[in-house]
Amino acid sequence: MKLITAIIKPFKSDDVREALSELGVNGMTVTEVKGFGRQKGHTELYRGAEYVIDFLPKAKIEVAIEDDLVDQAIEAICKAAQTGQIGDGKIFVSNLEQAIRIRTGETGNEAL
Amino acid sequence: MPTTKSLSITLLLSALLAPSLAFAQGSEISGANTAWILTATALVLFMTIPGLSLFYGGLVRTKNVLSILMQCFAITIMISILWLLVGYSIAFGPSESAFWGGLSKALFNGVEVDSVSGDIPETVFAAFQMTFAIITPALIVGAFAERMKFSAMMMFSGLWALLVYFPVANWVWGGGWLGQMGLIDFAGGTVVHVTAGVAAVVAALMLGQRKGFLSSAMVPHNMTMTVTGAGMLWVGWFGFNAGSALAADGSAGMALIATHLSASAGALTWMSIEWIKYGKPSALGAVTGMVAGLATITPASGSVGPAGAMLVGIAGGAVCYFATTYMKTKLRIDDSLDVFPVHGVGGMLGTVLAGILISQNLGVFSGNGYAEGMAMGSQVIVQITGILAIGIYTGVLTIIILKLVGALTSGIRVSDEEEQMGCDITDHDEKGYSM
Repeated sequence: MKLITAIIKPFKSDDVREALSELGVNGMTVTEVKGFGRQKGHTELYRGAEYVIDFLPKAKIEVAIEDDLVDQAIEAICKAAQTGQIGDGKIFVSNLEQAIRIRTGETGNEAL
Repeated sequence: MPTTKSLSITLLLSALLAPSLAFAQGSEISGANTAWILTATALVLFMTIPGLSLFYGGLVRTKNVLSILMQCFAITIMISILWLLVGYSIAFGPSESAFWGGLSKALFNGVEVDSVSGDIPETVFAAFQMTFAIITPALIVGAFAERMKFSAMMMFSGLWALLVYFPVANWVWGGGWLGQMGLIDFAGGTVVHVTAGVAAVVAALMLGQRKGFLSSAMVPHNMTMTVTGAGMLWVGWFGFNAGSALAADGSAGMALIATHLSASAGALTWMSIEWIKYGKPSALGAVTGMVAGLATITPASGSVGPAGAMLVGIAGGAVCYFATTYMKTKLRIDDSLDVFPVHGVGGMLGTVLAGILISQNLGVFSGNGYAEGMAMGSQVIVQITGILAIGIYTGVLTIIILKLVGALTSGIRVSDEEEQMGCDITDHDEKGYSM
């Protein structure tokens, strides 16, 4: 099992959700986060005072999936979240040791 | 039958007319004027709570929103009681002095249900003026926002009302020396905006900058709140300026339309400058321009015509815009919510413009015309004298009061740690938002 963590542009969350659902992914977690990468921040102007906002809002999607689906999932997220502009985000993949469905006690791929 | 019928009609008519005739003979109260000033009183109170509170509350950071709302609320309740105790008497008492009204009306002594002021009940006049005494110290809150102790704020506001606002109101409106001199200040350009503005800049300098001023982002935490509050201020300002006619008459109507047009012109001007300079018009710019237009028209609203009011608004929007930017980025004075450059500068500008645009020789931009014996030159000199006298008096007294309060509260400013945590928790053990 793998845990895919994708940091994407917030307005792309729904597209990514749909793309992953089509692959048969049954669940995911989305969090509103802030951060910076190459895109850097932006400036805001209030009555002549200019503030540099370092951290930009992004959506963080976490999805646990079985190994066979990883490549397809990455491809689906890339396709759905890409705008071609700077700031499209990143995908991190890490090993996932265990997954448990609390209601039934099922483990591993069964719990996903 | 016809006779009985006509008799009964006569009786009915006389029964209907009798009370009003008796009323008209018994006192000189105008029902229409009274109704309008009662309404205007509510409008002006509405400016402070919740108008100004929301306007200011949205502009601070999340951790200080409640402290701002609380400060405006606390000032409202404290000044109301001070107004009863001595404020009304000092401002509008019948003393012979040209500097204060004395204490003969302390605790509203002699203000009874049938007391009359002009042609409205004295209670209505006193309540209307009370709402002005409330909003003036509340305006200053914007200067020391996010870093002044609540205890120090209360002491300062009370003493400041006592020693600055009440006497100055007497000088201009209560029969005092500036009024006698012929100073034109219809609704408080000097009494309200110059005093609040000067006190604001003095307080900002004495407190020092907020930690991280201009180096870290201090963005308004809720612009929706600010724009809502600004709208309430605009509506309330109709009571402030048109109510200052103290009558439901042509002067009130002209003041209302002048007020509205100046607010519009001020907002349009500020918004346009930002649009040209930065490429985007901001909501905060539009509403701040509106407040600038309103502050600037305040002293002039009883003297200028509608076209003149538009000029006042344009001048207010432009001058206050540059004053705000200059104070912040060049002088680096942390008047947190720009009270001086908007209210102080607007009030001063409007007071001078009132002396010019009152002239009847300006074609379509003409105003009501000068009082007997006045001309543009002499009137402008009186206006500037008023601004200087009130500005200097306010500045000196504000320094003295803040020094005194500092000694009593072992420093008017919160500690660095408290400032970092935010005044909501450190002053009130509460949070504006629990989410």
